[in-house]
Amino acid sequence: MSTTKNDIIRRLQHDILELQGFEKPSPADAVDFGLGPINTSFPYQTFPTTAVHEFITESQETAAASAGFIAGLAGHLMQKGGACIWISSNRLLNPSALIQFGIPPEQVVFIDVRNQKQVLWAVEEALSSEGLAAVIGEVKEIDFTASRRLQLAVEKSRTTGFLVRDRPRDLNANACVARWRIRPLASVSVDDFPGVGFTRWSVELLRVKNGHAGSWEMEWIAGRFQPVLPEKAISIHERPRKIV
Amino acid sequence: MEERYLYIWFRHITTDWLTRHRPALKDTALVLSASEGNRKVVTVANTIAQTHGIRTGMVVADARLLVPSLEVFDDKPELAKKLLHRIATWAVRYTPAVAIDLPDGIILNISGCAHLWGGERPYFREIIQKLISIGYDVRGAIADTVGAAWAWARFGNRTPIIESGQQQVALITLSPAALRLDAEALIKLRKVGIRNIGHIVNQPRHSLLPRFGKELLLRLDQALGLEKEIITLVQPVEPYQERLPCLEPILTRTGIEIALTRLLELLCHRLKDEGKGLRSAVFTGHRVDGALQKLSIGTTRASYSIKHLFKLFAEKIPELEPDLGFEIFVLEAPKVEDHSPLQESLWGGASTVDSPTLAELLDRLTNKAGADIVHRYLPAQHHWPDRSIRLAESLEEKPGIAWPQALPRPIHLLHRPEPIEVTAPIPDYPPMNFRYKGKLHIIQKADGPERIEDEWWIQTVRHRDYYVVEDKEGSRYWIFRSGHYIDGQAARWFLHGFF
Repeated sequence: MSTTKNDIIRRLQHDILELQGFEKPSPADAVDFGLGPINTSFPYQTFPTTAVHEFITESQETAAASAGFIAGLAGHLMQKGGACIWISSNRLLNPSALIQFGIPPEQVVFIDVRNQKQVLWAVEEALSSEGLAAVIGEVKEIDFTASRRLQLAVEKSRTTGFLVRDRPRDLNANACVARWRIRPLASVSVDDFPGVGFTRWSVELLRVKNGHAGSWEMEWIAGRFQPVLPEKAISIHERPRKIV
Repeated sequence: MEERYLYIWFRHITTDWLTRHRPALKDTALVLSASEGNRKVVTVANTIAQTHGIRTGMVVADARLLVPSLEVFDDKPELAKKLLHRIATWAVRYTPAVAIDLPDGIILNISGCAHLWGGERPYFREIIQKLISIGYDVRGAIADTVGAAWAWARFGNRTPIIESGQQQVALITLSPAALRLDAEALIKLRKVGIRNIGHIVNQPRHSLLPRFGKELLLRLDQALGLEKEIITLVQPVEPYQERLPCLEPILTRTGIEIALTRLLELLCHRLKDEGKGLRSAVFTGHRVDGALQKLSIGTTRASYSIKHLFKLFAEKIPELEPDLGFEIFVLEAPKVEDHSPLQESLWGGASTVDSPTLAELLDRLTNKAGADIVHRYLPAQHHWPDRSIRLAESLEEKPGIAWPQALPRPIHLLHRPEPIEVTAPIPDYPPMNFRYKGKLHIIQKADGPERIEDEWWIQTVRHRDYYVVEDKEGSRYWIFRSGHYIDGQAARWFLHGFF
């Protein structure tokens, strides 16, 4: 009895998703980011690529962590080809660091405009044009209307958008499909090998449309995401040793 | 294609100009004068002064005897040249190839232009009447050669247009003065009884040459079209140029957009046929009052897409000030490159040849926000952080060397390293803690040092010993010590980036 009830609920949820214009992503569209358990939070268990994701940062350190995490995601998106556009009015991003996150830096076009208004305009222009792998915009504030415009542009062009919102004043809900917060975490020494270990993040999904919020630990090892599972976190010795 | 030239002779360009600016002088005898030795001599006399017998070269005092109410103005040198140049620039609306002919004429190469005005006759009437209405006393003529048009404008006595190939028939009755010869040659010709050009044409050339020199034969051949004459244009002619005269002045945005589309269609079809694309374009509106209004656009990549180029211009149309309206629109492409579909290859499969979306996106962005906003980087063979990357020169340029990956580089790099206070145990050991913006960071893990030196031939600052450090919270920083430890001096530490 209870299983049939669950089945009905699941089917109804799917119907709702479809009615909301949330199509089931086709296997061809799906990109495997290696995010592991995070995927279960998304509708259809798939990272929404036809969407705008926003990342909230609260300090210079979290801003750098978010940039690294986004670069990792964009790197996966760029494997199919296509350029990436990075739009900012006050850019600190260091192009030569992108290679660590799987992005050929020469395939990134940086748009350095003068103010936030222009950033928002350029992000919308970029998201409206087809054939780009990813568009990243450093947008501090965005209201509901503006985020809705971006989401509509994305649905038409099927590009993935990432907004980095550095210490925003207004944290009200907007039309972005997911809201993330990435914080750096202390790395774990491998085999007592001295020095800093692999990059490790605390990944929080604060809000996701038609999905569930959650929080995970994630590492970046040898050019890919690696979820830190609770049991694995203890048995680090099993992991292959890699000196970066 | 045969060439056609329009010559416009300004009979009193300087006095006409004066009268235009001081309408009160309209019905008075007027001369310009210049000092010659210690007396003043007439350099130009207007028509009224001439009817009273005042001639160029007359002493002003004598002229005043003839006409007591004579108005005398100083002749500014170069005035005529300046005026001719201004008029020639204005005349570019009728043909791209306009030259000035000192001291008193302009030459228009009208090949292939007159049909836009419905033939040579309406074209001629349009230009001459406009100049007369402005206040210039002009005569003009159209012929196959500059020489024939020059002669006919000054000495012609029937219809102003010499039909193609008819210049010899037209010129034979004219005086040799119509051949643009100097005074000495003319005197010689008169002495031997040559009264018109027909006489010269009938002479055997080998007898003319020793007697009158090369000049006479050259001028004759130029007038008859046997010798090509090169004129120096006031504005270089863009090879990729289209023009659209309008029946009525255009004032509205819709009108301008229609004109722009028409011109783009003409130009883009031509570019496409030749396998070329434009990198920059200028859309010029010639206003009724003679002013020019220009819009320019540039593209990242050679393009002949009407839709895309129209979009770039459309954003700038509000900058135009039609005032009383535009008479003629001109579209030029000063920078044209081969349009090669191979250019897409670097950007992978997502952008196809038919949708050069990236280049078009960048055009839209730079068109509005300025060309300096687009940056793309390639690796450079330097270790120094500021010099390890360089700007790519074009969208197609590929990295010459591989991106260095061996050593970690921070994802956020400060434009200028910021000083930090550090507690470090002994030289070459990573610091134990540091204070940045008032906050103390206890260092748990560290990598380094990585010594980065500038190349010795460009080195201006001290070497840096970089450490990657991780604090208790897990945040990672790229910090460095500047230079060596020196006894008795505190080492200077800086924070340069965030991982």
